[in-house]
Amino acid sequence: MPTMDPNRKKSKPVDLVDSVDSRVELTESTRSCPFPDEVLERVLSLIDSHKDRSSVSLVCKDWYNAERWSRRHVFIGNCYSVSPEIVAARFPRIRSVTLKGKPRFSDFNLVPEDWGADVHPWLSVFSSAYPFLEELRLKRMAVSDESLEFLATSFHGFKALSLLSCDGFSTDGLKAIASHCKNLTELDIQENGIDDLGGHWLSCFPESQTSLEVLNFASLNSEVSFDALEKLVSRCKSLRVLKLNRNISLDQLQKLLLHCPQLMELGTGTFMQELISGPVTEFKNMFSNCRKLVTVSGLWDATPLYLPVIYPVCASLTFLNLSYATLQSSELANLLFHCRSLRRLWLLDTVGDKGLEAVGSCCPLLEELRVFPADPFDQEIFLGVTESGFVSVSRGCPKLRHVLYFCRQMTNAAVATIARNCPDFTHFRLCIMNPGQPDYLTKEPMDEAFGAIVKTCTKLQRLAVSGLLTDRTFEYIGQHAKNMETLSVAFAGNSDLGMECVLKGCPKLRKLEIRDCPFGNAALLSGLTKYESMRSLWMSACNVTMNACRMLAKEKPRLNVEVMRDEEGSDDSQAHKVYVYRSVAGPRRDAPPFVLTL
Amino acid sequence: MDQKRSTLDLFKTSDLATELRLGLPGTDDQPEIKTSLSGNKRSSSEMGSSTCTDENESRYSPPTNDQVVGWPPVRSYRKSILQVKKTESEMGSGMYVKVSMDGAPYLRKLDLTMYKCYEELMKGLQEMFKCIIGLYSEREGYNGSQHVPTYEDKDGDWMLVGDVPWEMFISSCKRLRIMKSCEARGLGDFV
Repeated sequence: MPTMDPNRKKSKPVDLVDSVDSRVELTESTRSCPFPDEVLERVLSLIDSHKDRSSVSLVCKDWYNAERWSRRHVFIGNCYSVSPEIVAARFPRIRSVTLKGKPRFSDFNLVPEDWGADVHPWLSVFSSAYPFLEELRLKRMAVSDESLEFLATSFHGFKALSLLSCDGFSTDGLKAIASHCKNLTELDIQENGIDDLGGHWLSCFPESQTSLEVLNFASLNSEVSFDALEKLVSRCKSLRVLKLNRNISLDQLQKLLLHCPQLMELGTGTFMQELISGPVTEFKNMFSNCRKLVTVSGLWDATPLYLPVIYPVCASLTFLNLSYATLQSSELANLLFHCRSLRRLWLLDTVGDKGLEAVGSCCPLLEELRVFPADPFDQEIFLGVTESGFVSVSRGCPKLRHVLYFCRQMTNAAVATIARNCPDFTHFRLCIMNPGQPDYLTKEPMDEAFGAIVKTCTKLQRLAVSGLLTDRTFEYIGQHAKNMETLSVAFAGNSDLGMECVLKGCPKLRKLEIRDCPFGNAALLSGLTKYESMRSLWMSACNVTMNACRMLAKEKPRLNVEVMRDEEGSDDSQAHKVYVYRSVAGPRRDAPPFVLTL
Repeated sequence: MDQKRSTLDLFKTSDLATELRLGLPGTDDQPEIKTSLSGNKRSSSEMGSSTCTDENESRYSPPTNDQVVGWPPVRSYRKSILQVKKTESEMGSGMYVKVSMDGAPYLRKLDLTMYKCYEELMKGLQEMFKCIIGLYSEREGYNGSQHVPTYEDKDGDWMLVGDVPWEMFISSCKRLRIMKSCEARGLGDFV
């Protein structure tokens, strides 16, 4: 339980100019002007960014205290970097928590089940420290139904729950949330490993539930009671985000839209219908009242026959998520013709290069593009998009900042062109799906491609590389990627030099994740002084030995060096999966048997 | 350890992806086992006879993606949705067959129901592979053109495309292969 600082309420003189400039902790004797805590807190409460708040807290003791009392939202990027007790002791008045757990590669099955990141210990501490907790946003955490029930019954003013890439719970847990959280405004269930036992959870919202603003159950498979859904939507007048699952037909969507013309974000459900039941004109006009719609997703089974129904709202859309809709190029072109205001677009590669040409010609304001593969695991099939589609987009969309692109062929020249056309990239993730594939025209490594990116795009924060890459790529990254914070590497590099270049040259590096690369002990240990300034390092299927990991752990006691044992248990001297992260909480006490903390 | 070595080897051999394929496409018929999401009312419990077969082991190919865990980096949720969609599209009204062309590194997929006759199919194939197939004559087969379209029928035999009436063709065709005409000699004799 946090103890109240007895000196808190007394006004303390603080020389603000000095403290901002010198960032030195001032003692009472050097303060010159009075500045009441309450005023300072009031001012600081206007600061939202957690990075800014971290900086504020370093200014001096007074500012540290004012900041901790005024903070309402805490962001914990790695749940093991700190303990719930430490958080509760420092921040007494938290209303909203964002918590991230497992390393990102767990999304791709590289982390065994039962690895950890259980949310329950956090909820236990929060139930006494923050009884008025309102929001909880979890990513890659292990969440059980018991935890959800505990959450629903322990926090009486609880408002917003968001679960992304979590696992361990079922729709029974959602029942608890729906039944008990009287003030619920947000239930956002995205892409989790959820055990879908049925759609009854939706019927658990009581008649008195009228405060919902966000309801996202698009990723759940079971059918919900449409009657219950319709009634819920019609009584929640503040509903602005509604993302339906695939079971909701076009007819049903039409009925729902009548009840929520104020909607801003819509996930459409299947967008398919065998036969239209009502009058055709009403059907065609179902979107005509949705004047506030800016985001549309879903369109799961949309065909050219029904897509035009959405045209009336396209002009004001800023985000269109078609990443589950298998559209062909002409269907996309016809749709995008109406979507001139798009800022963000997610697609499946079924649209092909021709579809991407349409993107380039219709969406000049585009800032974010993600192209996902429709058939990522069938290596023989040559479908999807190529370098030419990407180049077309770059020509028409110079404001592109954020790209995720899955393809089966790429050239250095194309990427260089793309970099020239879009110098403002902040997030560049290119996934050439065949591991170690060279420039398909010149047969050379893809080094120059990523070299061009890091040289031209000085604002680059996030980079994911692929294709055949030598150490050259990493030399370029180390030399030029001065703002890069996250780097993902797979099947690349020749020697330790590659990784060393990155660790030496990238001052803002926070997250480094590497798999299947020939980086060894020298590379690992070259980052000895760097890892404490980073959130985490992941290395799997590289050339690192247990001894090197032990050395790292010994030299840096404030790092947790965890090694995951392979199931075969073949070679005990090799460290197959290494996860290194800074922590003020010490080694974790809930590590399963296959995780060795050195 | 072995698996790690083989994946590390990948970036030592740089021309894997453009490896030319020689030899006939797979002759082993292995129905692809498809799974569907539980609870999804659209999933069907019947496993339709698959037109997709695994390639012959004797042909050299880079490690297939499903031998490499977690690659390409597609989230499990998205993977399962795509699998469902793939299953549905293949069990649905379309009739997809794999099409290969000698000398081309990648296979394509074709929906036979998109075509109404051999002429349309030839046009589609020519567009897809940027090759010239030419006209078929009953007596001479595809004489005069560099490429000859062949197909594998229900019995596993390789036949010349155009030998049988269209309806019979689409009901028995399991995959297509565009052969070099020098290799196709002799096929035309099997009517």
